[in-house]
Amino acid sequence: MALRAGDRSQVAMNGLKEKVLTLDTMNPCVRRVEYAVRGPIVLRALELEQELRQGVKKPFTEVIRANIGDAQAMGQKPITFLRQVLALCVHPDLLNSPDFPEDAKRKAERILQACGGHSLGAYSVSSGIQLIREDVARYIERRDGGIPSDPNNIYLSTGASDAIVTVLKLLVAGEGPTRTGVLIPIPQYPLYSAALAELNAVQVDYYLDEERAWALDVAELRRALCQARGHCCPRALCIINPGNPTGQVQARECIEAVIRFAFEERLFLMADEVYQDNVYAEGSQFHSFKKVLTEMGPPYATQQELASFHSVSKGYMGECGFRGGYVEVVNMDPAVQQQMQKLMSVRLCPPVPGQVLLSMVVSPPAPSDPSFAQFQAERQVVLAELAAKAKLTEQVFNEAPGIRCNPVQGAMYSFPRVQLPPRAVQRAQELGLAPDMFFCMSLLEETGICVVPGSGFGQREGTYHFRMTILPPMEKLRPLLEKLSQFHAKFTREYS
Amino acid sequence: MQRAAALVWRGCCPRTPGPWGRSQSSAAAEASAVLKVRPERSRRERILTLESMNPQVKAVEYAVRGPIVLKAGEIELELQRGIKKPFTEVIRANIGDAQAMGQQPITFLRQVMALCTYPNLLDSPSFPEDAKKRARRILQACGGNSLGSYSASQGVNCIREDVAAYITRRDGGVPADPDNIYLTTGASDGISTILKILVSGGGKSRTGVMIPIPQYPLYSAVISELDAIQVNYYLDEENCWALNVNELRRALQEAKDHCDPKVLCIINPGNPTGQVQSRKCIEDVIHFAWEEKLFLLADEVYQDNVYSPDCKFHSFKKVLYEMGPEYSSNVELASFHSTSKGYMGECGYRGGYMEVINLHPEIKGQLVKLLSVRLCPPVSGQAAMDIVVNPPVPGEESFEQFRREKESVLGNLAKKAKLTEDLFNQVPGIHCNPLQGAMYAFPQIFIPRKAVEAAQAHKMAPDMFYCMKLLEETGICVVPGSGFGQREGTYHFRMTILPPVEKLKTVLQKVKDFHIKFLEKYA
Repeated sequence: MALRAGDRSQVAMNGLKEKVLTLDTMNPCVRRVEYAVRGPIVLRALELEQELRQGVKKPFTEVIRANIGDAQAMGQKPITFLRQVLALCVHPDLLNSPDFPEDAKRKAERILQACGGHSLGAYSVSSGIQLIREDVARYIERRDGGIPSDPNNIYLSTGASDAIVTVLKLLVAGEGPTRTGVLIPIPQYPLYSAALAELNAVQVDYYLDEERAWALDVAELRRALCQARGHCCPRALCIINPGNPTGQVQARECIEAVIRFAFEERLFLMADEVYQDNVYAEGSQFHSFKKVLTEMGPPYATQQELASFHSVSKGYMGECGFRGGYVEVVNMDPAVQQQMQKLMSVRLCPPVPGQVLLSMVVSPPAPSDPSFAQFQAERQVVLAELAAKAKLTEQVFNEAPGIRCNPVQGAMYSFPRVQLPPRAVQRAQELGLAPDMFFCMSLLEETGICVVPGSGFGQREGTYHFRMTILPPMEKLRPLLEKLSQFHAKFTREYS
Repeated sequence: MQRAAALVWRGCCPRTPGPWGRSQSSAAAEASAVLKVRPERSRRERILTLESMNPQVKAVEYAVRGPIVLKAGEIELELQRGIKKPFTEVIRANIGDAQAMGQQPITFLRQVMALCTYPNLLDSPSFPEDAKKRARRILQACGGNSLGSYSASQGVNCIREDVAAYITRRDGGVPADPDNIYLTTGASDGISTILKILVSGGGKSRTGVMIPIPQYPLYSAVISELDAIQVNYYLDEENCWALNVNELRRALQEAKDHCDPKVLCIINPGNPTGQVQSRKCIEDVIHFAWEEKLFLLADEVYQDNVYSPDCKFHSFKKVLYEMGPEYSSNVELASFHSTSKGYMGECGYRGGYMEVINLHPEIKGQLVKLLSVRLCPPVSGQAAMDIVVNPPVPGEESFEQFRREKESVLGNLAKKAKLTEDLFNQVPGIHCNPLQGAMYAFPQIFIPRKAVEAAQAHKMAPDMFYCMKLLEETGICVVPGSGFGQREGTYHFRMTILPPVEKLKTVLQKVKDFHIKFLEKYA
């Protein structure tokens, strides 16, 4: 991020001595890191919000933050039961209050018993509260039709991002041509590219097929792998299913093909499944990698190394701020597993409130519980709304000439492709911006709508996209989508 | 003991011998010997093994949750299964976790947190108005008025403002800018992030990081992980663990041969050592950093834990500012605080902040960018930090109870600090420096030559051998000094002062009895 001209002269005027820590002396890997979801466009959005607050006149009255998958920030309500149990854990005096249902109190007591000093304020074991690891294991077993899950293979984490980075850290080794390579989908969620840049590992891109609703093609995996072998040692293959930013839900056959490929080519599989509760399209179904792997039998079931990730940030919960998540490792070397635990221990433990929420997510009220009806209702409403918004988004965008949106089968985003006229591309280049960044910046300045350019996620050369969340409130969504489409039409006319 | 020895090796594979006389090991062989590995028919080699994994991660050690704690966990399981031991419970005196040892959370803090978590409670008559006011303020500053939204990566704005106001008050009016405040996932997160940004170069120009010996082993662990160069400077045990600038100079000079020393870390009040540095010392350190162009990291998480009446906490920020513009405009400083210690003991919330001074604006941009990849620190931890820096004041409804609870906790800790110091100093062969602050005793223990030899036969550091024996015979879990660093040929252990007073007295007595027996056995 460059210093603006004004800042530079300020620095010079202050007569500052040369510092110890400058762009030139800092960690070069960190310098290469980019994270578009909170990158330059969002910084500009923040400035615009500031200007609005100061009363500066704009062609819009509010900035719409459609850049980040944060449901509650866009008005989605937390699930009552989850917050009740957590409040009881935070302030156990409330266990005497008549305002809380009995089942919430029982759950809170059970968790507190498992905490040091019976308090959320104690550190937990680095892999997470044992009771909650067991709850997660049982959830996985139920989800996967009875396939056993060992609590000792489950590690709670500070959001899924934390666990993903930890596993990547373990995998990175070698140097030069033996440096670890990691296959990631293009388009990807830019945590992956950021982590690989920071760890100085080699990013190996495999392209999802836009023509076929972002399907994953093993031939393309093979192509990417072969090319990579020339300059690095590919050791891991990352999949995001349901996809981010692309929203596709992979078919079971595809998952089997990926597992076979990973096994043949000796790749550690990382399955980012944080959107497993966000599946909307008819005909789409979430198949966990763990389940498919196990059902494929030996040698895959007994030897393919796999790490699967989940989070409390998405789904119907949307509890992003609590930073709750877990990783389940399958067929991992026990000695490496201990190394992972050791690495986690340096940071002591994941936030305990996040662990508590995770526990509720994986062991929600049962049909016979007093809170079940309300829990179910709230959950259905959230998921139904998300499904409706997914459909609406796809529909409105596909009505616009020059915008083409693949079906939003799952997750929380649309990733439409936009046609940009050559003059606009040229103008962008003059400004030193990626064409879709130029488009998105212009969109932001004129409408207040903040979305993230496709260049932040990766895309085929010569194609342009943006990622917009489906999360704005229903009544605002259609007008927003139409405004965006109209802006695109205007932009196209302007640069024709 | 064999099993204990094997546990020591498990997961430990230092690439270079530390200056503390730790023995080297072949981790792979020992690990598989210890583990219950199911025999498998002709399985092919895994992709991710000890050999193929990240060597920097393999080199990482963190004694506070290391082998001795794993052993303590095993013993607890055995007790649960009804196996007879010379004790009925394991005492976890290894980690600075006050609430785990029975300290009660501060009522007001939990009230505000509950209100933020479940805002329906704002209508409840059971909560005081001042708590509700703070909860509303926090919630209004959150996306969707909920703790469940991601915050800005630097932390919720109004909380950063509150932190800045706290710092300004704490430092007698020396101004703090909210823009220089970054909320973090515990102080460890902030420390790790700053170190990450600082590390660069290769070979002889690889970044060197100066750390105190004894240190809190987060520092050595992060340095290992980042493949930076650890530069040790020794605190002066003869002098209450004082920091001597001559020793800083010695360490720096030696280091310049093989690395590019850029960073100087201080822990004040000290962990594990518990000393509270004098103001003069802090000035000397700042002057040294200014002279030698070092980036200063001041770990001040124990700033509320000062017990000795002769000691006072002086924040690096305040001293820097008061030393005048040549220093205060130039020395790059990062200071850290946390919700885990003090009188709050809210470890599980993972709340913390760092204040950065004189960082290049471009570096601040890089810092936010790096933090943004992890989105944000846990918002509940940020809220906890807010209450810490913005507690009830005189005149507010909750003030009296808050003041009582806070004083009770701190008074209790001070009492236990003195008790621990006095009792240890009554034991022949144990010498404990004054516990001026923090939460630990770090006594020096005399280990007879025969015991040193026995330890070596088990391929263990002598103080690890001692601590393992202590654990096995009394159930008391403390961390050997070798996990923190110490002068060659000296041995220590770190024990927390956190168990309740009566239990603490029992624990100290047991340690005393064990030590005397140990001396006799290995005479």
